[in-house]
Amino acid sequence: MPKVVFQEERCKGCGLCVLACPKKSIVIGDKLNNQGFTVACLAPDDQCTGCALCAEMCPDVVIEVWK
Amino acid sequence: MKQVFKRPNSLRDVPFHFCPGCHHGIIHRLVAECIDAYDLREKTVCAASVGCSVFMYDYFDIDVCESPHGRAAAVATGIKRALPECFVFTYQGDGDLAALGIAEGVHAANRGENITIIFVNNTVYGMTGGQMAPTTMLGQATTTSPFGRDFRREGYPIRMAELLSMTEGTAFSARVAVNTPKNLMQAKKVLKKAFEVQLRNQGFSFVEFLSSCPTNWKMSAEQANQRVHDEMIPYFPLGVFKEKSETDIL
Repeated sequence: MPKVVFQEERCKGCGLCVLACPKKSIVIGDKLNNQGFTVACLAPDDQCTGCALCAEMCPDVVIEVWK
Repeated sequence: MKQVFKRPNSLRDVPFHFCPGCHHGIIHRLVAECIDAYDLREKTVCAASVGCSVFMYDYFDIDVCESPHGRAAAVATGIKRALPECFVFTYQGDGDLAALGIAEGVHAANRGENITIIFVNNTVYGMTGGQMAPTTMLGQATTTSPFGRDFRREGYPIRMAELLSMTEGTAFSARVAVNTPKNLMQAKKVLKKAFEVQLRNQGFSFVEFLSSCPTNWKMSAEQANQRVHDEMIPYFPLGVFKEKSETDIL
């Protein structure tokens, strides 16, 4: 199972990772970070394959992917 | 477990100041990845511009020289001539390169200076508050063209990649976008080609990135990303406009 880590304090909640995910496994959640943005996280029933397209598209380089 | 994606070494571990959804961050990361790929970190000098990319010296773990507005190509020319063993690139926005610095950019290309220009086109002056740039699309409302750009008054958006491909000294000129993963992968390949052109001492290389500016376009990040596809790519076609073969040495 791949592991995806979001550095939540750096996330600005832009949602480009949500658009990039081919499995629709990322959502913008309800959690706020200290900057006041709602941050991206894996969906509860994620089907992540570890393709890392979310990390490629993230403008703030907050996503790290292990496979 | 193997890490399949991590922050490039040339990119310092600090948060970006860019607005949510701005493509500058993606382009910064691509440049840092290319610097790492060719192991250039210790011998790279960047001439930064004025604009949203002005804080490059905070984000990149390389030497960066700040230039007067628009004159990054002239500063890079001086650096490259004084230190020909260094890898020298500039990172400029459209207000910087296409408006104030167009003379420096065109003449650096025409002289075939062995530098790389990374040009970020978001059709607007970003940092100063969304004024009209030479690349602003027809009909686009900005703070200095509140009723939309009209070609009878302000002319047409300028296509820099095509313009610079016309000069004899240019060895490589291309336009890419980073709005979708597919375009982004293509952009990475093209950027590597531009770096290789300079490493082979072939002359001037130029890569134009189409970027979104959600704040000044008054859109969400998602809408701005879509606008790159719907409005910008039809007018600013993606592709490589000039590529000298590997045997063509100036």
